[in-house]
Amino acid sequence: MVISVKKSRPTEGEDIEIGLLIEALYQRYGYDFRDYSRASVKRRIMRRLSLDGFANISQMQHRLLEDAEFVDTLLQDLSINTTEMFRDPDFYMALRKKAVPLLKTYPSIKIWLAGCSTGEEVYSTAILLSEEGLYKKSIIYATDFNDHVLKKAKAGILPIEVMRGFTSNYQQGGGEEEFSKYYISDKRSVIMRGALKKNIVFANHNLVTDGVFGEMNMIVCRNVLIYFNRRLQNRVLSLFTESLVRKGLLCLGSKETIDFSESAHDFRSISAKEKIYEKKQ
Amino acid sequence: MTFGASRQKKKYMKKNNKNSVRAPFYKAIVVGVSAGGFEALNTILPALPADLTLALLIVQHRPADADSYMTESLNKKCAITVKEADEKELIMPGVAYMAPANYHMLVELERTISLSTSPPVGYSRPSINVLFETAADAYGAELVGMVLTGANSDGAHGLKVIVEHGGLAVVEDPESAAEKNMPLAALKCVKRGHVLRLEQIAPFISKLALEAEQRENFNTGKT
Repeated sequence: MVISVKKSRPTEGEDIEIGLLIEALYQRYGYDFRDYSRASVKRRIMRRLSLDGFANISQMQHRLLEDAEFVDTLLQDLSINTTEMFRDPDFYMALRKKAVPLLKTYPSIKIWLAGCSTGEEVYSTAILLSEEGLYKKSIIYATDFNDHVLKKAKAGILPIEVMRGFTSNYQQGGGEEEFSKYYISDKRSVIMRGALKKNIVFANHNLVTDGVFGEMNMIVCRNVLIYFNRRLQNRVLSLFTESLVRKGLLCLGSKETIDFSESAHDFRSISAKEKIYEKKQ
Repeated sequence: MTFGASRQKKKYMKKNNKNSVRAPFYKAIVVGVSAGGFEALNTILPALPADLTLALLIVQHRPADADSYMTESLNKKCAITVKEADEKELIMPGVAYMAPANYHMLVELERTISLSTSPPVGYSRPSINVLFETAADAYGAELVGMVLTGANSDGAHGLKVIVEHGGLAVVEDPESAAEKNMPLAALKCVKRGHVLRLEQIAPFISKLALEAEQRENFNTGKT
């Protein structure tokens, strides 16, 4: 019998193995990367493969099924934690101009920062709220599925060499204070002031598998959806829709949009460029 | 100048074309360009016809806070559409997709675009290698990789991967390039392909597109 191979993609076998590895991770440990954008997941798995010298992906899968410590390594690989304070300063400017006036109308404010990573954007939001006189009546729920980054976020310690860039972001984002008043520094690192941490609740939440996080006035989830496929994006956006109060705000990353999703009709845009949306009803 | 490309193509077609399976033709061109890129892209893209049957995916190294001015100004001058890539966008022929500043641009197997904020690769985000390697996975032998002017070595490894997957390599002639390091690095990594002067590149792309179209017509019985 001659078996004809349909298409001439040399990596087809490899891609099947990647799919099986992701399925194994889900079935054995419950971490669900099945609806993540595959190209990016594959790059990170292949990097681990070459770092640890596995002969092939199936060998890595065997290790994954047998070794709980290796799971943790792989989870760190698969979670993207690049973040900055006041990343995309124009967004923070829009937050000050467009979102703050709406938030000011509430007696108390609940904000959910989903996929908060190591916390840089959480502290940025806390700083912005305190400068706008809103922090005292706010609670920020900062969530991530990765306990390692949550621990770092809670500690609020950053290497000193990144602060110069963050200061410039802060100023471009409409900050007018002396940025150094928000942290204490020694020679190597800085620690964010305790006052900024007072109304932040850090918690583990997995957008892929966990449920609604109720009655939020604003949800900030930037550069997370880009790692998901359309189906998972729809799921997460409907989770956000359910978690927001009427007229609640949703902030996405500058390259993300709600336009082509099933939730598109639930929102109206209040800053098209900076991707700030208001829930209709 | 061509080095060994036709032989490789023949070998590929022999291997895959036995039982009148449709011969492969190029569906997309990935372009990596760094220092000197503004001029290079302004020479190539405006010279391409509106009905181009190929898609272009372009990584131009630029500062993290660069705006979309370059893309918009190119779009005004070009018959093809030039735009910044949106995430999960379906890749269409006749469109040149520019990687947004400060994001990697990746190609998914279903030939849509993904963006990523993962750390810079070789000090670059967007990285040419990230685009080239993921596009090679998605397009296999239907892909052309082009490395143009630049002062670093990004894209060299990616171009090698494209050739390993059966795709075609094109490198700007280091003598015509504003910065020759990137073409030189690519030529060191890749053994087969075309070396073209800047002004030869647009006609070459048009020719590839025309060949693809003729082959398509032949296969569908159109004349």
